[in-house]
Amino acid sequence: MTTAAMNAAAASAPARSPGLWSLAWKRLLGDRIAIVSMVVVILFLLLSLASFVGLVAKDWNREVAINYAPPTLFKDSHKPAADLKAGAKDGGPAVDSGAAKAEVVNDRDPLRDVIIELKGQLGQATGEVDSGIKVVDPLADVMAELRKQLGRTGDGAVAQADEKRAEHLPFGADKWGRDVLKKVIQGSETSILVGFAAAIVATLLGTVLGAFAGYFGGKTDDALNWFYSIFSSIPYILLVLAIAAVLKQKGIVTVVLILGLTGWTSIFRLVRAEYLKHKARDYVRAANAIGASNMRRMFVHIFPNISHVVLVQLSLHVVLFIKSEVILSFLGFGVPVDTVSWGSMLNEAQNELILGYWWQLVAATAFMAVLVTAFSLFTDALRDALDPKLK
Amino acid sequence: MTTPLLSVKNLRVKFRLDKKNSFEALKGISFDVMPNQTVALVGESGSGKSVSSLAILGLLPKENATVDRASVIEFEGRNLLTFSNAEKRALRGSKISMIFQEPMSSLNPVFTVGYQIEEVLKEHKGLAGKAARERAIALLTEVGIPEPAIKIDSFPHQMSGGQQQRVMIAMAIACEPKLLIADEPTTALDVTIQKQILDLIAELQKKHGMSVLFITHDLAVVGDIADHVVVMRHGEIREQGAAREVFAAPKDDYTRALLACRPVVDSRPKRLPVIDDFMSGRADQMRLDQRTRGVKDSDPVVLEVKGLCKDFVSREGFFGKRVFHAVKDVSFKLRKGKTLGLVGESGSGKTTVGLTIMKLHDATKGEAWFDGKNILAMSEKEFLPYKKRIQIIFQNPYASLNPRFTVGQIICEPMVVHGIGSSADERAKMAFELLAKVGLPEMSFYKYPHEFSGGQRQRIAIARCLTMKPDILICDESVSALDVSVQAQVLNLLQDLQDEFGLSYIFISHDLAVVKYMSDEVMVMNNGEVVEQGDSDALYSAPQQPYTRKLLDSIPKGLGAHG
Repeated sequence: MTTAAMNAAAASAPARSPGLWSLAWKRLLGDRIAIVSMVVVILFLLLSLASFVGLVAKDWNREVAINYAPPTLFKDSHKPAADLKAGAKDGGPAVDSGAAKAEVVNDRDPLRDVIIELKGQLGQATGEVDSGIKVVDPLADVMAELRKQLGRTGDGAVAQADEKRAEHLPFGADKWGRDVLKKVIQGSETSILVGFAAAIVATLLGTVLGAFAGYFGGKTDDALNWFYSIFSSIPYILLVLAIAAVLKQKGIVTVVLILGLTGWTSIFRLVRAEYLKHKARDYVRAANAIGASNMRRMFVHIFPNISHVVLVQLSLHVVLFIKSEVILSFLGFGVPVDTVSWGSMLNEAQNELILGYWWQLVAATAFMAVLVTAFSLFTDALRDALDPKLK
Repeated sequence: MTTPLLSVKNLRVKFRLDKKNSFEALKGISFDVMPNQTVALVGESGSGKSVSSLAILGLLPKENATVDRASVIEFEGRNLLTFSNAEKRALRGSKISMIFQEPMSSLNPVFTVGYQIEEVLKEHKGLAGKAARERAIALLTEVGIPEPAIKIDSFPHQMSGGQQQRVMIAMAIACEPKLLIADEPTTALDVTIQKQILDLIAELQKKHGMSVLFITHDLAVVGDIADHVVVMRHGEIREQGAAREVFAAPKDDYTRALLACRPVVDSRPKRLPVIDDFMSGRADQMRLDQRTRGVKDSDPVVLEVKGLCKDFVSREGFFGKRVFHAVKDVSFKLRKGKTLGLVGESGSGKTTVGLTIMKLHDATKGEAWFDGKNILAMSEKEFLPYKKRIQIIFQNPYASLNPRFTVGQIICEPMVVHGIGSSADERAKMAFELLAKVGLPEMSFYKYPHEFSGGQRQRIAIARCLTMKPDILICDESVSALDVSVQAQVLNLLQDLQDEFGLSYIFISHDLAVVKYMSDEVMVMNNGEVVEQGDSDALYSAPQQPYTRKLLDSIPKGLGAHG
């Protein structure tokens, strides 16, 4: 080869070598399962983002169908709904029309919050009511009075809503005739938000504490390990209850904190072990020799070498926390009642199932199963891509 | 002429790298191993010597290695390449056996050595129970393990490296194989132990009438034991012949280069010839240019260490603790622009001395005067400005560079830490200059360490130290992990830098010849104590202490045994 040709070859070669991340990305793209699961996860993320900014499922709280409207595919096989529909048309139980009023005037109704809270207390009892037995809503008169004072008559609105109510929806409707599809999308937003936020909190905590324990060793390590041992020896649910009691208010932030504060332990252990391993490596000693400070050695030198472990843990914990959020909300420690999540949907479905209204359960479970499976597969693929020797 | 025991004919092995590329590790090599003969396969890393041994044993990785159809490996007249897996298994351990480089990782740590030897006997000889145990004890006796009846029940970690290698040899000869393949069996061992193991292999070879295929990168090692030498490079055989002839009158330039680029005790050329010099015929005149070493009292002292001690304390039991004296009362003076060599076997404390001076370990006692101040008494903060003036190059070039940093980041990092250079551009410019100085192309700046060979990585490590313009450079076994020809290049580079910048080196190594080549003064250490200290020429020509003499006698002479 002549010098000119060699220069040309050198010039045409990529100037920068691929780093860890671009190589991992390349490997990830070579994995078919990884691509499919990544697409599914991204779709979910886009969906919840769209719901977050209000593009879809903004009006999930509106009662657009009859109570327990069946999914379109099963509209013929579900008679109980038809009975209810009849009940709803001829006035129905007082509680239903009262609730309908509240929902139709939704945003403008100053009583909305009161009604929702009342409904929360009463919903359990009244929801299962058969059309044959008439239950008189003890609050109906009070509310009518209140509305009159405020210069609004809900009657017209009720009539309108009744006319518009659909008899079946693609995914069916819930107790109040709200669209289950919109609810489940809204639920994805909550669950994914909680999952990611809690995973980030837990990973940050676990990584920083793990780095300190592993890097400094000695007394720092002893203290943090002691803390870790105490923390992980308390039964999980008890800990959740304790933190919930301390934080005192329900809300997404509370759930994120509960999950984040209880979930850092396994990351702590792993990161600590990695730091223990790496701090004795020659390149860290070399960094010490050139005068890099402890913090610089910990986070500039060592961290890039263990960041793939942290990333995989983050991904694993997103899955874990999505599941945990569902469990917490199902048990009633999770998101508040005016927020919908997969867990609260499952909670509602508990009572509906006995009446044969299975669609809310199926919708929430199906969405969750697809996301969790896709995310788990993606995590596996990510781990393989980041550590090809593991295969 | 007798028929060969093993005959390798036109062996070609290819490794598939990815879908498109493959790499030809062996390009049609042929050699014979006669019965009762020791054949040495010599070459640097990447020469294909280990691939050959794996091919003979049928241990090549199946997923990506392919052996050419025309290749033949004949053992006792049968082609091994056509053997079924079961046949190969029956052959391995009984007729052909192997010893590896790392005895510690080749022995299973959770079983006693006796159990592991007995397992071989059970598998291939059908011996069990008392008979197997007796045979195992006999084998351990044969390989020279003291108190074999007791040692048979010990675990690998309870033995020294040399003893572990002896156990490996006992396992390998347990079934009286016809052919013993020894893959770098002494590379991980100290010189004195190396000599013992070599003697043992030679003795066993004669006693059992077996053939030995000895694989090594170090031509000097095989001089004592080999009958026939095969020199390999890049998957090809460069030269083969009787050991006497290869050593006395090497025909191939590459063989001559291998013999010459290793420093020897009795000559000190200004520059070590490297392979390129031989290929272009410059080597002969270079050898004549000798360098003089030694120190004069008028040379200024840069570093003076007085009574340095370092203890390691380990907890034992609940209350007890055990103190291990790694360094005991070491004192020396390092003079400007000169090299102090530190030699000793593993565990002698030579590395600890280096790390303690750099304050990578806290000293237990002692002083180190540098620039009019005792640096050992300083706090971490006070020491920081001095840190850049004393630098260290570690042994393992694969471990001492951060794998997630590009070479550019690695070289710029010390400048960032010490605030050298005002902007990123200025630092990059300095980094490019240093890369050129250590003989690396500019492109390296953007690459990651794993894309470089061991010698190149060591150059990167040197460039990193040079950014801080140190006064003292501690080279901790810095060339021990490198091939001999690369070692010569790095030694030449270190020498050039010393000439140019007037650096003072503390050169730590177990390789006496290398230390002799580099040093003005030498300090011999054993069990943490200084055994002997003095001018390097004087010390090597007339060692005063028996330990020094023993060390010097263990140096493989290469030609020594043959004339």
